[in-house]
Parts: sequence; C-alpha cells; structure tokens
Amino acid sequence: MALIQEIPAPLTPAAATKVLVLRNYVVYKDAWKLFITGFLEPVFYLFSIGIGVGQLIDTFEFHGEAIPYAEFVAPAMLATSAFNGALLDSTYNVFFKMKYEKLYDQMLATPLTTGDIARGEITWGLMRGSVYSAAFLVVMALMGLTQSWWAVLALPAAVLIAFAFSAVCMAVTTWMTSWQDFDKITLAQMPLFLFSATFFPIEAFGDGVLRWVVEATPLYRGVVLCRELTTGVITWESAISVVYLVVMGAIGLFVVRRRLDKLLLT
Amino acid sequence: MISARGLRKSFGDFEAVKGIDVEVRKGEAFGFLGPNGAGKSSTMRMIASVSPVSGGELRILGMDPATDGPAIRGRLGVCPQEDTLDNELNVFDNLYIYGRYFGIDRATCRERAQELLEFAQITEKAKAKVEDLSGGMKRRLTIARSLINNPDLLLLDEPTTGLDPQARHVLWDQLFRLKQAGVTLVITTHYMDEAEQLCDRLVVMDKGRIAAEGSPRELIDAHSTREVAELRFGVGEHEALAEKIEDLGERVEVLPDRLLVYSDHGEDVVTAVLDRGLHPIATLVRRSTLEDVFLRLTGRSLAD
Repeated sequence: MALIQEIPAPLTPAAATKVLVLRNYVVYKDAWKLFITGFLEPVFYLFSIGIGVGQLIDTFEFHGEAIPYAEFVAPAMLATSAFNGALLDSTYNVFFKMKYEKLYDQMLATPLTTGDIARGEITWGLMRGSVYSAAFLVVMALMGLTQSWWAVLALPAAVLIAFAFSAVCMAVTTWMTSWQDFDKITLAQMPLFLFSATFFPIEAFGDGVLRWVVEATPLYRGVVLCRELTTGVITWESAISVVYLVVMGAIGLFVVRRRLDKLLLT
Repeated sequence: MISARGLRKSFGDFEAVKGIDVEVRKGEAFGFLGPNGAGKSSTMRMIASVSPVSGGELRILGMDPATDGPAIRGRLGVCPQEDTLDNELNVFDNLYIYGRYFGIDRATCRERAQELLEFAQITEKAKAKVEDLSGGMKRRLTIARSLINNPDLLLLDEPTTGLDPQARHVLWDQLFRLKQAGVTLVITTHYMDEAEQLCDRLVVMDKGRIAAEGSPRELIDAHSTREVAELRFGVGEHEALAEKIEDLGERVEVLPDRLLVYSDHGEDVVTAVLDRGLHPIATLVRRSTLEDVFLRLTGRSLAD
C-alpha cells in the first residue's frame, strides 16, 4: 500500500464549505427528480391562484401602483419557493443526519469543525432554495410577469431569503428531539405562507397591531422585497428587508454553531 | 504520541474519567481495557479531540486538542464503536468524500480510495449501497475509511465487536500489518484474547481510574499466578470445599460451577486435592490469561 507522505493543508472555511456542498451534491445528483416537486409547487400556485383566481380580480394596488393580480402573486411565490427549498434541507434532512445517521459525528472525526458543518449545511440549504427560485424567476420572465430590470435582483433577494430561513430553521432543528416536533414546523410554515401578503395586500390587515406583526415576520419581508424588485417599485422598505434577512441569517448561523458545539462536542 | 496527566472528564455531577496518566509511544499498540462504563470511550473521545477535557493535561502528537483540534484530527484515524458510515453515499464515495474532508486533493483521494477498497477486500462492492454490505464488510469499510489520510495514530473503539471469528482474524491481520507499517494503534476492547493478540502495552480501567498498567505478560505476572487449576465438584459443594483447599494456592475463587485455584504449579494443586481425599468431577490446569487479571481487577459483578 502506497503511503501519502505529504500532509494535506488544513481546509480553509471556504474550502470546507465547498466539500460539504460536494457531499450533498453527490447524494442528490442521482436524485434530481426530487427537485422537480419543489419547483412545481409554486408554479401550480401561480397558475391556480395567480392566474385562475386572478381572472376574477381586476388589479391590485401595490405602493400606489395598479398591478395585475398575477404580477402581485408571482413574486410572493418566488419568495415562497426560496423559503420552501431552504426549509426542506435545513429541517428534516438536518435532523435525520444529526440524530440517525450520526453524519456530523463522522465529519467531526476529520479536521472539519462545527463551524464548517453549520456553514456547509446552510450553504446547501440556500443553494437548494436558490435553484428553485431561479427556475421560478425564469418562468415569471417567460410569462411576462416581471416589469422592470430590477427583477434581475430578485434572484439575489431569493438567495438571501433562502439563507435566512436555512440558518434559522437549522438552528430550530437542533432543539428537536423527535419527528413529532416537526408538526410545529408545519404549524409555523402554513400561516407564514398564507398570511405574508402572499395572496392579498398587507392593507387587508387594517392599521392595527396585526399589520405590524405581519410586517415584522420574515417571509413577509422576503415577499415584499421580491415584489418591489419584480414590479420595479423600490422603496426604503427594500433596504429594511435586506438588513432584516441578513441579520436573521447571521443570528441563525451563530446559533447553529453554538448548538452543534453543545450537542456534538460532549 | 499521546500524553495525559491527571486527565479528567465529567458530565454534570458524573465523573467518567477520574484523573488518569497515560503515555503512548510511537509505533506501539496500546490498549484500554475495562468493563462497560469504565471510562474507555470517554477517554477515546478526548483523544480524538471531539470531547473537551474537563481537567488535567492532554497532548496528542505534541498538540493541545483544545486549540489544535483540526490539526490533530488531520493526523488521526478514528474507527468508532458503531459503524457510522454515510448511508446516503455508495461504498466508494464513503472513502472518497471522507478523504476530501481532510483536504486531500481529488486525484490522490480517488487513488487512495481504490487502494483501501482492496485493503478492505470490498473492491467489487465499490458502487454498492452501504446498507447492502454485511456486518463484516461494513466494519472493514469503517476501518479502511479511517486510514484514508494515512494517520500517524489510529484509534479503534472495540474494533471487532459483533464480528464472526473469520472476520476478526482478517481484521487482526490487517491491524498487525498497519502496526508493522509504523502506525501507532490505540485500541479499546473487552475481548481479552484481542488485547493479548494486538497490544504491546495496555491499561485496565475501572470506574474511571487506571487499575493496572503494563504488557499483557507483565500484568499476568503481577496480578495473577502462572497457572490456574479449575476444579469442578457437585453443585452446591464448592463453597464448603473451598475452605479445605485454601492453603493450596495463592488464592481460591468460588464460582457457582467450579473452584479456581491460582497457583504457579497447577498440576501440584490437583495432586494435593486428590491426596486429601477430595474427588472433583473434572479438573483443568491452564495458564493464566489476561481475563483472569481483568476479572481480578474489575470484579465479576456486572457494571451496568
């Protein structure tokens, strides 16, 4: 047996992230069909509600501009596809890898650190969300649902949404102890999806506390950011949304790392 | 390679390792023996630099695991007690991707994975799913994987538990070859024959402490007699008969089904027993083994 004499240089954080993404890519490269369902879901919503229900609705006002209903719903579905894609990997899959596969324990027997694992897994989650969003954005463009060149920036916005949710959902998952706990994720996922001004304008919540609550939720920030970009109506709210999502992702990443230290390095 | 001084590990109020001193030298095969709950696995995890030290000093390859964890782990091979393979990857990718975790470049990784498949005698299973492998194959793959980075120090936590005798012997042979290639081995086991076969030096751990230390031969000399005479009488007679032959050996141990007389001259003990008019149903004189030492030091009662 030949022996490697040279000692490989320790992985940089970027290289370690890449290797973790490579591992997930190898797992999924033969299972690309799984990606189709994640892509189709928002497309179905767009067709059934955005276009189907949209025929019954004249136009909506968004930041004072009248836009067709489909153009209102489409960016929300874009944000949602990033959200759903990120959620899939950072909850169920992370839980499975951590509790059942002991995958992270295997990785920690190598020079990889808990920080590398946190970064790698979150990056993978955000990539999955981004792939869905990119595909969806193409569909939107083909259907003439993008009204401005700002729409190009909707892709990085979707990446940001995927990052923020990937990080926070992975952090939440570290507290899960059984599959039953995932009901709570579904319980949070559904109202976020339905009430983040996805299908009707935020004004429907009135001017009370409820509206403020909704405006402070993360998917709403993502939805409104995407909507401002694809309709070309950029306001100061866009900046707030970006900062909000960046901070959310950074906190999630930090917490994931701390939790992995606590759970795995005992 | 490893130097521990007053090494401790506690989980809350529970102290798993209560201050041990260990020195492992380059090129030797070193064993941690002990019943379940003795603190072997906790010690191994600290050496593997994945478990923070609670007290005392630990140096692996001259480095401190608290600050140089990744650098240490880059030079270690770890074969955990359970086969924690990556079930989502095929057999070849288990080796290849694991190598990439070490920062080994693609070409070297591929070449090395191929060599290790041969080493583990599973070349024809390269594209198979991990779950389709037999227990022995999984074990060999786990060990092969731990060698992907050509470790200076290989940690094996109960390497042959659950294997059939053929697989055990194949594995012992492979570990012996690694040792000859200069790899330092650290092994935990509760199989005494395994420890006698593989270890140059070992410690017996019990309740978080080191109960004895030395080569298998030294331990037998220090903690047991050269031979053991096993005498089997009728059921229920052993307790009473033990008193009558107490003086014949250094120590007499009463078991439900037999008496063990520890003596340097087992045949003489048997002769003396017969001379006293006692008639055992069966007698056996054998050499002392590490198992005698182990049971002497850690007791016969179950640990958990």
